[in-house]
Amino acid sequence: MKKRSIVPYGPQHPVLPEPIHLDLVIEDEKIVEAIPSIGFVHRGLESLVQKRDFNQMVYVAERVCGICSFGHGFGYCEAVEKIMGVEVPGRAKYLRTIWFELSRLHSHLLWLGLLADGFGFENLFYQCWRIREKVLDVLELTTGGRVIFSVNKIGGVLKDVDEDMLAAVKDMLDKIELELKPIVKTFREEKTVRSRLDGVGVLTKQQAHDLGCAGPFARASGIKSDMRKMGYAAYGELDFDIITSDVGDSYARCDVRIGELFQSISIIRQAIEKLPTGDIAVPVKGNPDGEAFIRIEQPRGEAVYYVKGTGTPFINRMRVRTPTFANLAGLCETLKGADYADVGLLILTIDPCISCTER
Amino acid sequence: MDENKKAPEFENTIVQIETSELLAKAIELKKQGRRLSQACAAYCEEKLELSYSFADDENFGLLTLRLVLDKETKVTSISEIFPYAAFYENEMKELFGVNIELIEPDYKNKLYRIREEAPFLK
Amino acid sequence: MYKVKKSPWVLHYDGSSCNGCDIEVLACLTPVYDAERFGIVNTGDPMQADILLITGGINSQNEAVVKQLYDQMPRPKVVVAVGVCACTGGIFKDCYNILGGADKVIPVDIYVPGCAARPQAIIDGIVQAVELFEKRLEKHKAYVKKEKEA
Repeated sequence: MKKRSIVPYGPQHPVLPEPIHLDLVIEDEKIVEAIPSIGFVHRGLESLVQKRDFNQMVYVAERVCGICSFGHGFGYCEAVEKIMGVEVPGRAKYLRTIWFELSRLHSHLLWLGLLADGFGFENLFYQCWRIREKVLDVLELTTGGRVIFSVNKIGGVLKDVDEDMLAAVKDMLDKIELELKPIVKTFREEKTVRSRLDGVGVLTKQQAHDLGCAGPFARASGIKSDMRKMGYAAYGELDFDIITSDVGDSYARCDVRIGELFQSISIIRQAIEKLPTGDIAVPVKGNPDGEAFIRIEQPRGEAVYYVKGTGTPFINRMRVRTPTFANLAGLCETLKGADYADVGLLILTIDPCISCTER
Repeated sequence: MDENKKAPEFENTIVQIETSELLAKAIELKKQGRRLSQACAAYCEEKLELSYSFADDENFGLLTLRLVLDKETKVTSISEIFPYAAFYENEMKELFGVNIELIEPDYKNKLYRIREEAPFLK
Repeated sequence: MYKVKKSPWVLHYDGSSCNGCDIEVLACLTPVYDAERFGIVNTGDPMQADILLITGGINSQNEAVVKQLYDQMPRPKVVVAVGVCACTGGIFKDCYNILGGADKVIPVDIYVPGCAARPQAIIDGIVQAVELFEKRLEKHKAYVKKEKEA
């Protein structure tokens, strides 16, 4: 029998932007088992419901994670609005959709960059982040914030956009669509990139289903699940398809996310075209009394929000089930049988967001 | 644009069940091809409320099983049926002190390694 | 040793931040803001780092990790706390698992507030850290010289 040894991985590691610790059981260079231990970023922000009222909690929810910050604020607002029976005005719905897709753009670009850094293609990393800055500039122009926007509130949005801003968004989309082409070509055709991604960390459709995976990670294995098709906000009136792949390897995950980049660009264009006029928020009276589950599609996958109110300004429970939490089991499965050298890359392919996971 | 067009309604129900029924229901839902979407606990009026949500990916449905129990009541883990439930159950056990038995693997209140014991029970 | 003041290496550790400051620190190192023009290089190895950028507050589990990273860095060293969470605990101050800012565990020299801290503020913090590092280096050299003579 081969000799087994345990190699600790993380929490501080050059390839990991965030702290997660894995105990890797290895035989020679092959991973036999990966045991995750989390908790380095656990803050316990769900307990803040006792100290902040339900309006203030929007800002706490946004700080679950700085990358998908908009989505968290949005999901929490949707849940409270569902409990209170608030119908958000059409313009607010469209604005939320536009901002959501813009944050998906920046999140996916960030991920592509980190992936390139993960397999040692530094130039590509910098190119992705250069384009990402353009998205951030537009987000700053329209919301006032670069990563945390604080534009959501219960009953609508806080800021309106004018024609100049919309023109700037459209202009940016045209520009990055052009600039993305050579980068996408590099990801899709460059031999060095493909040799690091093809066939690495394969997860079959059955495995992905059995392990409860979510988001692009599951879609790359052929699971057709995209919560945006439920038609929350303005998604019901916009035209888009679910992007999937049947291969299930690291390249498929990269390919799905590249597809979603262009999909987001198309969704934003449609939303700007259809953007209705009118109010951006409705006044909200009373306190939430009741409970609701809301599911939305974050850049990293399906997120579940649970809010339970008891008729006081302080809600009883806010719970966020983030996509990375669902993908942890899938990650451990993909790591089995992988080479030690691929571990960093494979952790990156689920697009881990540790501060989401641990809250 | 069409003002009256509303997003279609999808299944999103909460069903209250007995603690002893949980395993049987979970097996039934597993056979239907459902996926455990989330599991969480809440603490309200001296009672623990456990919610296990099962998603139906084909039809965007979400069925939540609700257990209401006292602090001491023992619950059997569903990690035998849904292996990835272990993370959720360990979380509930650590943060809410829910008495869940036979979790595989059981982190023994060391998932987040917090200093306080069951901080949400206040 | 003499040239190191022109090129201090930066180690970035994410405490328990929400990632907001975390990705802004990374954004600072990429071409648009390009903090590397001040001679710094981002490294993943604490043993080779001179400046520690820490984002996020301290919780019960990463307390030991932060302390260890700080101890592993060679003298002289400078610590920059990026973002309001690393300064005081910020919005998460009242959470049960947050002990407070980074200065609960290690001595912090430069505080960069903001939620999330803007790249301009982070760059300013890095520039100040480089200046402080140069000063400390002079002191350290004088100390080493004295030790040798004695």
